[in-house]
Amino acid sequence: MLLISCPYCGPRDEHEFSYGHEAHIARPTLEQQQTMSDAEWADYLFMRKNPKGVHFERWVHSRGCRQWFNVARHTVTHEIIKVYPMGEPAPNLEQK
Amino acid sequence: MSAQKNRLATGGRIDRSRPVRFTFDGKAYYGYQGDSLASALLANGVTLVGRSFKYHRPRGIVSAGAEEPNALIEVGTGNRREPNTRAPQIELYDGLTTASQNRWPSLDFDLGAVNSCLSRFFPSGFYYKTFKWPKDGWLFYEKFIRRMAGLGTGSTEADPDRYDKVYGHCDVMVVGGGPAGIAAALAAGRAGARVVLVDEQSELGGSLLSERDRSIDGKPAMDWVAAAEAELAAMPEVKVLTRTTAFAYLDANMLSCVERITDHIGPNASGPRQRLWRIRAREVILATGSIERPLVYSDNDRPGCMLASAGRTYVNRYGTAPGQRVVILTNNDTAYQTALDFAAAGVSVAAVVDLRANPQGALVQATRDKGIEVIANSAITHVKGAKQVKEVDVMSLSADGKSVTGGVRHIYCDTVLSSGGWQPTVHLHSQTRAKVVWNEELHAFVPGPVMPGQNNVSVGAAKGVFGLADCLAEGHEAGAEAARRFGFTNAAGSAAGAEAEPAAEPLRPMWIVPSDKPVGQGGKHFVDYQNDVTAADVMLAHREGYLSVEHLKRYTTMGMATDQGKTSNVNALAIMAGLRGMNIPEVGTTTFRPPYTPVTFGVFAGPDKGDFLDPIRKTPIHQWHADHGAAFECVGQWHRAWYYPKAGESMHDAVNREVKATRDSVGIVDASTLGKIDIQGPDAAWFLNMVYTNAWTKLEPGKCRYGFMCGEDGMVFDDGVTSRIAENHFHMTTTTGGAARVLSWLEEWHQCEWPDRKVYFTSVTEQWAVFALNGPNSRKVLEKVVSGIDLSEEAFPFMSWRDCEVAGVKARIFRISFTGALSFEVNVPPSYALHVWRALMSAGEEFNITPYGTEALHVLRAEKGFVIVGQETDGTMTPQDLGFEWIIGKAKPDFIGRRSHLRSDTARPDRKHLVGLLTENPQEVLPEGAQIVEHVKDKPPMTMIGHVTSSYWSPNANRSIAMAVIKNGRNRMGQTVYLPYDGKVVAARIAKTDFLQDGAAANA
Repeated sequence: MLLISCPYCGPRDEHEFSYGHEAHIARPTLEQQQTMSDAEWADYLFMRKNPKGVHFERWVHSRGCRQWFNVARHTVTHEIIKVYPMGEPAPNLEQK
Repeated sequence: MSAQKNRLATGGRIDRSRPVRFTFDGKAYYGYQGDSLASALLANGVTLVGRSFKYHRPRGIVSAGAEEPNALIEVGTGNRREPNTRAPQIELYDGLTTASQNRWPSLDFDLGAVNSCLSRFFPSGFYYKTFKWPKDGWLFYEKFIRRMAGLGTGSTEADPDRYDKVYGHCDVMVVGGGPAGIAAALAAGRAGARVVLVDEQSELGGSLLSERDRSIDGKPAMDWVAAAEAELAAMPEVKVLTRTTAFAYLDANMLSCVERITDHIGPNASGPRQRLWRIRAREVILATGSIERPLVYSDNDRPGCMLASAGRTYVNRYGTAPGQRVVILTNNDTAYQTALDFAAAGVSVAAVVDLRANPQGALVQATRDKGIEVIANSAITHVKGAKQVKEVDVMSLSADGKSVTGGVRHIYCDTVLSSGGWQPTVHLHSQTRAKVVWNEELHAFVPGPVMPGQNNVSVGAAKGVFGLADCLAEGHEAGAEAARRFGFTNAAGSAAGAEAEPAAEPLRPMWIVPSDKPVGQGGKHFVDYQNDVTAADVMLAHREGYLSVEHLKRYTTMGMATDQGKTSNVNALAIMAGLRGMNIPEVGTTTFRPPYTPVTFGVFAGPDKGDFLDPIRKTPIHQWHADHGAAFECVGQWHRAWYYPKAGESMHDAVNREVKATRDSVGIVDASTLGKIDIQGPDAAWFLNMVYTNAWTKLEPGKCRYGFMCGEDGMVFDDGVTSRIAENHFHMTTTTGGAARVLSWLEEWHQCEWPDRKVYFTSVTEQWAVFALNGPNSRKVLEKVVSGIDLSEEAFPFMSWRDCEVAGVKARIFRISFTGALSFEVNVPPSYALHVWRALMSAGEEFNITPYGTEALHVLRAEKGFVIVGQETDGTMTPQDLGFEWIIGKAKPDFIGRRSHLRSDTARPDRKHLVGLLTENPQEVLPEGAQIVEHVKDKPPMTMIGHVTSSYWSPNANRSIAMAVIKNGRNRMGQTVYLPYDGKVVAARIAKTDFLQDGAAANA
């Protein structure tokens, strides 16, 4: 079971949290929506990274403070490399 | 009662003043307090304890620990029967009832043993071959295989025992209570760290429990253990858990452990039977010891064939000889300690057969000095005796050790002890997904580098360090170092000391001990006892191309039984390496996965069963429903009144009565479970515009509006009515089941996409009890109890809300309808709910007010074609598919899902549409989920064009009604379609979904 440090509550067991999906997927602006192709829209909707290595993803402390935040997690070692608030850009990490 | 013929006169850690009675296969025996089932059976001369998995060969006890592959036992009877428990790990208690497994009609005479004679027809991979050929072969063989091959059978009754769960947190967790583990716990505990020490055995000591005359710090080793235990018990921050197996090493240093609290006392003990510990540690010290490997020699599975270390444990710890006359086969020095201990205990050792050419180590010399014959450079080529070893054949090894030569010596014996070297117990290390590495000196896998974030260190035998003094020093250092790192600075003391072991010579790796016949002919060289995998099976796998360890494992099922290959994995791997002409590390190793030993389902469930599995939510007037005979149904966690049968009424009768009374006069339903979310803030209207498909900015305070929420994929996600309370204040309702999901959805979009928007969401589902009055007389009922407002159509129109008082209670009434009839939804604080409900019931008495449940609610809404999200929709339906083109805000530039509605597939006109279905025979009520076809064929496959989503008998339309989703359905109005089910074909006409117009007309 992962140990996740909620930026607002501190370290808690994984079962207090819910996984969202890949982080940093910006919703296309209205202008973009009007010009983008169906394929581009489908890419936004459905396509997600599945790296072997560091993955940036968003979690929510659903059984705690209910706040969303971002996590950089290694998909092989399950190591949580960084926890950072929503809105902050992805940290520049060496691919482990 | 039979005599304990193999019990030694003295010695062992058993309490001879406390005899314990137990049964095995219905026969009564006596052992002593402190015995394991295995030691007690051996003391009684019971060597045949089971039949093997595939060949039903007679099998005996092999080990004295968790690695036991053969002696799998059913413990207990009736609802407490537990299969596949390991005899060496079952503690004896008075009244213990045990039975052997996988035999019929009896252990002694087992018909399945014919499989052994037919073994060439059951090669490894047999099951897989039946999948491939002949066609349907598996279907034919499965019945026989399932009956013949198997382990014990569990009880089919409910488990009567209680189980507990607890979380633990510590600085240092030590797994294993042997010398290294105790030393680690002492050092860390003395320094001041919070320590948890777990050990799977009944008492601390680990390998020391099996020693005869070791000393630590100048006193007997077990005295040192007792002193350490007392010292640990006195430390307030140290917890010692015996009878506790750390079975899983999970992420971020969390270990799952099972504590067997009363298994050693029996079913009459008080308290929970077992407890699941989930312990999060800052540092884990793995002092899990090592497991001896058996040698792979011909017919090495005869009852009486045992590990050398196990024989030693039985003699030293349990005061029991495994047999009367022993032959030891070894490739290393450690087995000589067994010979010496047997000699000291007065058990006859006929010979030590050593695979090494010229062993001269100190223990070898000591053995010779005791007058025990050492037959060097030799192998056991045969073991005779079906149900008990009777004799072994010994021959000299050829120069290369690959064959035998010369004359045969027959040695009479009833027990063969073998030692093929030691494999560190790397299971927990491996469970972290860290690698193990091959050590050329030890001929064993040792732990490799640890995984990042999994702070652990292996010490002692678990790391391949076997000397007692070294184990004590390593454990001490690891414990002290961990404590120091976490800032605990009290004196850790110094490591305990012990005399060095006599110098040992290297072992001789010989993964198959040769016989006078080729492997696979004559005797069987078993590698995996529990799954009946032989060296010949590994060779077959190799010939058939299953070369990798993972393929070998799956093809032969080697290592896949309840023992997870604890005694077999390395031997099998080494044999495969030999066949491939590779080094062992090049072939690889299997990854160990949890659990280390089998864990009961009960302990995973813990107290979370029955009513405690999931929270049960009840409305504030639940008891009224129960008192009035309601049947309940579960809607998510809610228990909702389903229908209210009167005396003699069937469900059908009751629902029809409720539906009819509501349409004709007035009905009332407890809708308190409706999801409710209070939304406030200057951006509340803006936010609703984004999450609903329709427009909200212009909705006036006092008004309500129905809306669909879509996912970004454009599919309907939830629906409900939202009302504007004030400029910046809305009251949202959701489906009962969708409330939590919708709140999370709103929060996610707000926090992740539009965090600058000022809007706040609060769940108020349980802050309002909701009673919906429906039917033409609902206004007349309400008028009698309401004050503060005018209920007339003009003053209080449809789709608006008013604050008022109902029966003297502050209330909010919404004029919204889920039946299509005149309706008032009365919202009151839950603490007044029963009072208001009773007042409404009294007021309605003259109008025959009828409480109705969820079933009638469903029929009433279906009569008017109202959809239920999750019933008419399944995540693939857009609002347009449901016929709600009008609810899409055309003027709105953006909302969640809008862009997806423009995708070519979503926008095409012939998607599946929601339509009504009227069966040709109005009495025929279609099953929900029935598939719809345009053209009927004799048998499937037929082209399916849709399915029934809702279907009921409508007492108001006086016929069956159904809703369905059908391809291009709205453009097929009036067409006849067919529903083949239950061996018949029902014809139905596509219609509109308002059945009180369309359906009634159709029936007229």
